[in-house]
Amino acid sequence: MHKPFAVAALLAASCGAQAASDADLAAIRAQIDDMKKTYEQRIASLEKKLAEAEAQGKSAPRVAPAATAPVAVQTAAPVAASTASVASATRASGFNPEVSLILQGQYKNMKNVAERGITGFVPAGGHDHGNGIEGISKRGFSIDHTELVLAANIDPYWRGQAILAMLDGEVEVEEAWFQSLGIGAGIGLRGGRFRSGIGYLNEQHPHMWDFADAPLMYRAMFGDHASFIQDGVQLKWVAPTPFFLEFGAEAGRGHTFPGTDLNKNGSGAAAMFAHLGSDVGISNSWRAGVSYLTTKAKEREAHFEDTAGVEALGKYSGNSATWLADFVWKWAPNGNPKYQNFKLQGEYFNRQEKGDLLCEDADTLNPTTCTGGVGSAYRTRQSGWYAQGVYQFTPNWRAGLRYEQLDSGTRDFGANNANLVVDSYKPKKATAMVDYSWSEFSRVRLQFAQDKSMFGITDNQVTLQYIMSLGAHGAHKF
Amino acid sequence: MRTSSKRLRLAVFALFSALTTGVAQADLWVFATVPEWGALAREIGGDKVTVYNATHALQDPHRIEAKPSLLAQARRADLVVAAGADLEVGWLPLVQRDSGNTGIQTGKPGYFEAAMQVNRLDVPTVLDRAHGDVHAAGNPHVHLDPRNVLKIGEALSKRMAELDSANAAAYQSGYKAFADRWQSAIARWEKEAAPLKGLGVLVHHQSFVYLTHWLGLRELGTLEPKPGIEPTSSHLGSLLSRQRVTPAKMVLRAAYNADGPSQWIAGKAGMSAVMLPYTVGGTAEAKDLTGLFDDTVQRLLKAAR
Repeated sequence: MHKPFAVAALLAASCGAQAASDADLAAIRAQIDDMKKTYEQRIASLEKKLAEAEAQGKSAPRVAPAATAPVAVQTAAPVAASTASVASATRASGFNPEVSLILQGQYKNMKNVAERGITGFVPAGGHDHGNGIEGISKRGFSIDHTELVLAANIDPYWRGQAILAMLDGEVEVEEAWFQSLGIGAGIGLRGGRFRSGIGYLNEQHPHMWDFADAPLMYRAMFGDHASFIQDGVQLKWVAPTPFFLEFGAEAGRGHTFPGTDLNKNGSGAAAMFAHLGSDVGISNSWRAGVSYLTTKAKEREAHFEDTAGVEALGKYSGNSATWLADFVWKWAPNGNPKYQNFKLQGEYFNRQEKGDLLCEDADTLNPTTCTGGVGSAYRTRQSGWYAQGVYQFTPNWRAGLRYEQLDSGTRDFGANNANLVVDSYKPKKATAMVDYSWSEFSRVRLQFAQDKSMFGITDNQVTLQYIMSLGAHGAHKF
Repeated sequence: MRTSSKRLRLAVFALFSALTTGVAQADLWVFATVPEWGALAREIGGDKVTVYNATHALQDPHRIEAKPSLLAQARRADLVVAAGADLEVGWLPLVQRDSGNTGIQTGKPGYFEAAMQVNRLDVPTVLDRAHGDVHAAGNPHVHLDPRNVLKIGEALSKRMAELDSANAAAYQSGYKAFADRWQSAIARWEKEAAPLKGLGVLVHHQSFVYLTHWLGLRELGTLEPKPGIEPTSSHLGSLLSRQRVTPAKMVLRAAYNADGPSQWIAGKAGMSAVMLPYTVGGTAEAKDLTGLFDDTVQRLLKAAR
């Protein structure tokens, strides 16, 4: 079918220039290939249309094809009916969910610290030994969780999404939720397991982060996942205002740090948030938010050091209340972020915990000042913040800086103040990164960080990271 | 006492209904993802519609973010007019879902996809990202063939009438008046652009395929090595070497494309680099849909001289 074109083109070329150079021949070949491609595509689409038209003729009452759902509504217009043309959509597999897979991994150079944590803050990992906090403390080559995302509209009223994270023989359900499409009046309902709407970074998955690791603040607040994940329900309302105003409330199990699983009726954690946002001119847009999270812990275990330097186990029972404030400002010349854009982002948190601490021996062979168990009051008030700026200076290159600081604040263990070392410290970290994206689906990043999150240690970290996303990759939040 | 409590109740009710329904009652509120369809809705609806354009001509429509301002506008919209064919896949689905507006969800009458009303070109036979940022449903930039605008206008006016039946007659007559003007304008443009037929052109991105198809221009190559991937020097070099065999007369780019690559190749090959408005607002002359095509044809003719 394409031969005549090829022959004609060759003929024309050879007549025009008797001694065609190699470069010319290559150019002709390239053009013929292009022509072939275009014609193949046009012929294929025509064939498709023909097949469709025939099929439609045979089965008179036409079933609405899946992928062209909007067209189903438009059948009133005769034009639309004839142009609803994605042949594959008529197959049952057209209903398959959108699938995407995130590949992420890194090479990391840093100090060998046995049990990484943040001085002055209770480690969210509880009492993990040896490997410390997974992922953060791996030196050399390693891969992160491989995320499998499945999402689809369930019916006209609901949409569902599941994110499974796989690593080394374990599959973790990171998210598994349904969301309303049919309530209206600005109301959105979500149920299942989801990343809570508090803060700014909390809802973002690691592949969306602008740095290779989460800010210290998120690790201090929620541990390794750097996100508060709810098993519960979320209700949101967008106000009908010319600027963006949104309120949200959540109730959930609250089984993750800073709470613990409570085995009780009712809710273990509640969250509230409000977001405000708008544009300034055509080049700027922003969003600001405040959030509040309250959760309960029962015998939440963490390691402490007794006054003699022996490891002791502390069990906390009580309330944990966290306030968050977040702010994002994005700038792009004429609002076109493709060639250049800048993103400024900052968050602040303040957490208050009030309850009781039970201090025990971590290991019966190593008696501590708490041997036999010493109960006391427990009151802490801690805070922290980060600020970061990321500048995309060409379509492919971005560079960013982040500075962060935490404050171990007030830590009052009552009677146990005499038994335990009460660290008072201001962890700091400064990070610089540069990343390159071949397309919006692939990115490689080089990051340098000076991490002073552990007392007496200055850890200079180098990370070379890749993030690849395969398949139907959905839209990202602002 | 009684009247005041009644008045209070009335005020509360009024406040509540104002909050929940907004002030959108007077008109049909149209949320257009791109300026061309906002302009078309305005042509059809006249003063019966309030149109919000989510983007403008200097923004690459492929690279829009789900900004808070877009959520706020989508929340209050009666009708979302999208280009469709996955052009807005990076932001619109999120805005639809997070707006809490059930009327504009995909499959509802309040969601209209322009590209789905016409025959699309460049429908890929193979879906593989190795070919770049391809659109499974075909090339979404359908508006640059004015005959498509007519078909889409017909479907859109019906949709507007369906959503706002009180003004159905106005939309119908609005469309009719537009169609009359448009048909004679098409005839005029086709006559004016006749000398362009068969002219070879390079394009920055495949955003002009409907325009070149309509006017009979021959597309000889794209500056982007693959859709959505910025031009590379090696690719531009190969285009330049091809230029000796099949010379292109001009290189086209949209107002939102960077001018560097087309200026470079135009300088090397001795052809003209033409910036086209691409959509309403892309140039000072492209104030509305008619201006868009007037200016596009004039700019092409000027470069062809």
